[in-house]
This record gives sequence, C-alpha cells and structure tokens, in this order.
Amino acid sequence: MTDPLLTVENLKTHFHTDDGTAYAVDGVDFEVNHGETVAIVGESGSGKTVTSESITKILDMPPGEIVEGAVRFDGKDLTSMSDKQLQDIRGNRISHIFQNPQNGLNPVYKVGRQIGESLRIHRDDLSKDEIRDRVIDLLDRTGIPEASSRVDDYPHEFSGGMKQRVLIAMALAGDPDLLIADEPTTALDVTIQAQILKLLEDIQEEYEMSIIFVTHDLGVVSEIADRVVVMYSGKVMERGSVEDVIQNPAHPYTKALIECLPGRGSSMKRIDGALPSVTDPPAGCRFNPRCEHAVDDCSKDDQPEMYAVDDDASHQASCIYYGPGHDEAELETYDNRSETQRDTRADGGHET
Amino acid sequence: MSPQSPDSTRNQSTGRTLIEVNELKKHFPIKKGMLGKEVGRVKAVDGISFEVEQGETVGLVGESGCGKSTAAESILRLEEPTEGSVMFDGEDITEYDDTELKKFRREAQMIFQNPDSSFDPRMSIGESIVEPLRIHGVGPRKRRLAIARDLLERVGLSESDVNRYPHELSGGQKQRVALARALVVNPRLIVADEPVSALDVSVQAEVLTLLKDIQEEFDLSILFISHDLSVVREVCDRVAVMYLGKIVEIADTETLFENPQHPYTRALLQAIPTIDVGTRGIDAGLSGDVPNPSNPPKGCNFYTRCPEVIQPDEYDFEQEAWRSVMDLRVSIERHGIDIDGLREFVGLDADESVSKEDAEAMKAELRSEHDIPSSLGDPSAESVLEEALDKIVHGSTEEAERSLAREFETPCETSEPSLTESDADHAFACHLDAQSEDAKQAAASSGE
Repeated sequence: MTDPLLTVENLKTHFHTDDGTAYAVDGVDFEVNHGETVAIVGESGSGKTVTSESITKILDMPPGEIVEGAVRFDGKDLTSMSDKQLQDIRGNRISHIFQNPQNGLNPVYKVGRQIGESLRIHRDDLSKDEIRDRVIDLLDRTGIPEASSRVDDYPHEFSGGMKQRVLIAMALAGDPDLLIADEPTTALDVTIQAQILKLLEDIQEEYEMSIIFVTHDLGVVSEIADRVVVMYSGKVMERGSVEDVIQNPAHPYTKALIECLPGRGSSMKRIDGALPSVTDPPAGCRFNPRCEHAVDDCSKDDQPEMYAVDDDASHQASCIYYGPGHDEAELETYDNRSETQRDTRADGGHET
Repeated sequence: MSPQSPDSTRNQSTGRTLIEVNELKKHFPIKKGMLGKEVGRVKAVDGISFEVEQGETVGLVGESGCGKSTAAESILRLEEPTEGSVMFDGEDITEYDDTELKKFRREAQMIFQNPDSSFDPRMSIGESIVEPLRIHGVGPRKRRLAIARDLLERVGLSESDVNRYPHELSGGQKQRVALARALVVNPRLIVADEPVSALDVSVQAEVLTLLKDIQEEFDLSILFISHDLSVVREVCDRVAVMYLGKIVEIADTETLFENPQHPYTRALLQAIPTIDVGTRGIDAGLSGDVPNPSNPPKGCNFYTRCPEVIQPDEYDFEQEAWRSVMDLRVSIERHGIDIDGLREFVGLDADESVSKEDAEAMKAELRSEHDIPSSLGDPSAESVLEEALDKIVHGSTEEAERSLAREFETPCETSEPSLTESDADHAFACHLDAQSEDAKQAAASSGE
C-alpha cells in the first residue's frame, strides 16, 4: 500500500466576518490516492468549495483562515508552506478548474497565450515555439477541432463547452498530479456535460492523475467517482466507495439527499427546514435539527465521530446510530419526531 | 394530474384547451452597416405548435440555444412573434392591442430562473408581490397588502415576511415569493422559465412540490421550460422536446421517457447522469455543439449530430463509421480543414510537395482525428472517401467537400421531416420513422 497522494486531516477553515466567525469547514478528513477520483458532495453552503480551495490556499485570506489541520500532499504539509513555495505547486502539480468557464478566461488574450501561461512560469527550459507546440497538443487532446488554428482565437469565439475544454487544457499544461474540479459541468447542458465528463475520464487515464471532483449532483458523482465524501455544514457526514455511499447510504442526510433527487420514477421527498447558520451551528450532529431520526443524544456534544458502517472501515458515517449504544436498524423502523412537530413545518405543504 | 375534489367548479377535467400555439415563429434579424440592412436571420423559434390544457403542465425542454426561452417569451408577447398565432382561451393574442394585452397579462404570469435578479433589492417582499396589483389598479393599498400576506402563507412563508427585503431570503424562499407574485393577479397560465435550475437539490424538491400543490389549488396551466429532464419528469404531464427552434418530439411524460422515438430525445435521455451505479460509465452520445441558428442545417436540422443519421441507399456499412464520415463532412463544411496544421504534423514545409508517404500519413491522421476506421465496410464508400481524402491532402479541400456532399448525401438533409403522430398524444419528426413505416408495410405485404 503506497501512501495517499493527498491527506487532509482535521481541516478547519474559518472566516472572520462582522457577524462573527463562520465555521465554513470545521474538521474535515479525507484522503486521495494516486489515480483515483474522489467526489466531495454537498449543497451550497456545505463547505465543499472552501475545502477544495483550502488545499492550495487560493482562498481570500483574510477573512479566511486555516485555523487547524494539515493538508499533506506528496509528504509535504501545504498549510505551513509560504506563498512562494505554494506557487511551485499551484498550476503545476495541483491544478484547478472551476464552474463557470466564462469567468475562467481573460477575454482580451488569445486562448493559446492563456494556456501557455503556466508553462512560461514553471518551465524555463522551454522555448517559445516549444510552448506553442505543447499548447496546440493540449488543445488537441482536450478535443478541440482544428487546434492549430483555434490557438489564436479569443475566448468569445468558443462555445461554453469548448471554453471548459480550454480551461481543462490550461489545467493540464503543468502535467499535474492532482486536478481539483469544482462543479466543472454545472453550467453546461447535459449533452455537453457528458462530453466533458468523458474527457476528464480519458485524460485521467492518460495522465495518471488524481481528481477531486466537487459537486452537488449525485448523478454525476455516481458516474465518475471512485470514492465519495458527503459534506454538510462544514462537517463530513459520510464517506466511502461510490457503491457504498450511493447504493447503501448510511447517514440520514445522505439518504435524504438521494430521496430528493427528481425524476427517479419514485416519489420525490424533501428535507424539511433550512441549512443551519454557519456562524452559530447547532450542537451535536449538524444535521440533527432536520433529521427525522434525531434523538436527544444527537444534539449533545460535537459532531459524532466517524463510525464504521457494517464493520467496514472504508465506509464510515458520522451518526450515533452507528456508534456504541445504538442500533442502526432503528434508522429503518421509526421516525422519532412526533406528528405534531412534523405538521408545523415551515410551509405546511403536503407530502407528495 | 391527480383527481380533483368533487366540489370544484373549475373545469380542469374537461380537457379544455387554454392556450394553443400555431406555427409560432420568432426570427431575429442580423443587421449590418449604417442603413441596417438585413443580412441574415437567427431563427430562434421556427414554427412550433402545441397546446396546453387547463390545469395541465407542459414541459418545453432542450439544450441552451434551442429557442425554448424565446418561445416562452413570444407566447406571452414579451417578444413580438414574427409569424403564427397564439390562441388564449379562443382569442388570438398576437392580434391584441395594448389595452387587451395588459388585460391578458393578468391571465398569464411568468417566473424566471434567477430569483436573485428578479426582485428589486430596494422593495420589500410585500411591495414586490403587490406591484402587479398596483399596475392593474386593484384595490386600495391596505387591501393589496392583505392579499400579499395571505399569499405568502400559501407559498409556505409567514405573514410577517412582507416587511423583509430580498437579501434576507434564501434562493428557495425568493423563488416562493416569485411564485406568490405571479399568483397575486389570479392568473390562469404560469410560464416558468427554469424556475429551479439555480437551486440546490433539496430546495429544488421543495419548490417543485409547492408548484404542484399550488397548481392543483388554483387549477393553473403551467408551461414549464427546463433543460433538466429529471425535473421535467417530476412535474410535467406532457413534454415537448425542442432542437434549433423546432419541436422534434412531443408526448405524454411517461411515454416520452419510456419510449422516446426521436434520436435527439434518446441522446438527451442517455446523457442524464443517474445515481444507478450499475449503469456507470459515461457515453458522450452526441458529438459537437448546437449549430448556429442563423445558418441551421438543411433538411432535418439534427442530422449534423444525429447518431442515427440515415445512410444513402447505395451504401451499407456500420452506423458508427457512417457517423464518423458524416462528422468529417460536417466539420469540412463548417470550418474547413486546417491543411497547414496537417502538413506541419508530417513535417512538411510550406511549399514542399506532398510525397506518397506524407500523403498516407496525413490521410491516416485525418481518419484518426475523426475516428474513421482505417477501412469502411463498404468498398464503394471506401473509394469515395479515399478519393476525397486524397483531394484534401493535395490541397483541394473544396473539391473534396463537393464530392463528399454529392456522394454521401443523407436522406436526412434533403427534406425536412414533419411532426407526425405515431400514437395518440405522441408525435415526432424523424425520417427514420417513415423508413421503418415503409419497412413495416413491405413486411406486411410480403407476409400476405
């Protein structure tokens, strides 16, 4: 067993705001092995993006601050590195791609120049012509037709899907070990999304890289991820292989999230209530105010530790039902909330 | 639609048509020069027809740029339609003058995609909700605010929210307010343009459920515009699939999902990522982007991307290879071949002549770039292709383009398929259907 490429340990990223401290990421652990795809799943405000941006510290700091934890990449701790040391890693060994391809490109420069930028910074040994050849090769590999003429086009001459390909080419320029993709297909049509996911899958194999895929879409997760980390309100709720988490979800939050997906043919449910405040999170499990199965113990202390599900250490859930003194089978059988409580829901609508 | 309560006096079960769209077209002129001479037209909506019954939800789906939003805007006359008619409750709204139009706007309301940009940040929620009433001159102020309070409760917010401001609400809450604002004038039709696309899945579920409940309560007709087929499946009774300004298939929601007939619908459905780990693996079914609507392909405008594009009668080889040859043809027609890049690839200088080996290498590269197999299954097709590739590597791309277009002309591009009904409530526009009909007839007659 080789060491994982990236290990995130007890990462806490907080934001100091006028309204108090926002506990955006509050103790997150996961690892990424060589050549695997790990998906971080969660709704907006769950802290998934902040987690991914804390890795290379591309957050605005201040107001953000990594108050605790370690991010070990290839044996080195990134959180204690200086900005200058990080420059050698960003865009070179770890690359990012983002959600909105429109914002990722500078409209006044040709795409070729923008793709070559990281090569000009990180690779002094390459001549101008060599860089150009590489850029054309990258565009070609990311499936842009007529790469050698498109290299001199401006971003507005590309469609949304093509822009995302350009951004992927840009991210690949430094031949990274880790690609962090933050909702890379959310702004695209389903047909284009399928093309981009296929492309990511192909280049992952070709470049032997690891991918952290940040998304809210469980459908996309089950298509591409090897392992999944489910986040809610700055905490990890559940992690495990994609088969375990999607087919056999353990944490009530993961279950609820899957049940509210539309178009599965069966009835669509919803999660009552709203996301907890980031500045004043509830005690105990962060999900307990909205959880159908919450008991008194759920609102005590801090987020429960990660317990193994079905005695399988690779599938863990942060839920007391999987800990000592509780029986997970109870999750199946009853709903601990009284009917009257459920009727006072915010909207008073009916169940579908 | 679920059964209605017996005491209802509304006629949702009578199947009465509320809105009927006939051959609606919306073209945007492309103007050039000082005199604004029209040099072309973007055919955003190019002859669509469908109807929405009272109490029914009809979905309009397609990729971005297919014209679904323009269709919605033209139906409400937020955009002036170029041609066609929209009958609302028996009257043609395209003929309406300003007064009549204002009256019509009370009957038909719209909800937009982005709840953040559909409210005035300086107006309280209550003021935003009653604005339509103010415009239509309904009631004194006090009465209007009472209506707003009542509606807020109905969409699952609380009365006291009237005094709050948009920035205090979450996206889902804002979308509820948008719904309340649409309901305030007691409309019969709501056009919802991607109402949940900007929301998280859990919030999406909430808003969709609310929309369904409200529809039942108010007996509303809804035209639901979305690119997300899973959402559409959840809320719509019928679905129309649009591609490049035209409806390619329209059917009952379940029929469409269970038995899609048009290759485009099939491709769209295939592209939806599912949480079924068993069917893991991505199939990038459709190649390329939606073509430019100012210059759409002739015939069936999907043939440039269609995986099931029909082969000419003379040839018979694998569909996948045929598609790849079509891809080559389409890419030459759209942006030519980068011959200099190709020469550079084999290491030729600008004015060097092409040797035999170079030509072979260039041809092989052309094939691999378009995923064309090294030999097509059909010898006569292979010789046509080989000849065209020869022409390309020797610099006469235009000649190659002409011969490819002549030899590999698909029936899909020669005529436009019409939207024909296959069953009750299921119609689609594809030449494959006509072909299989012919085959069926042939089989039937030979069997007799």
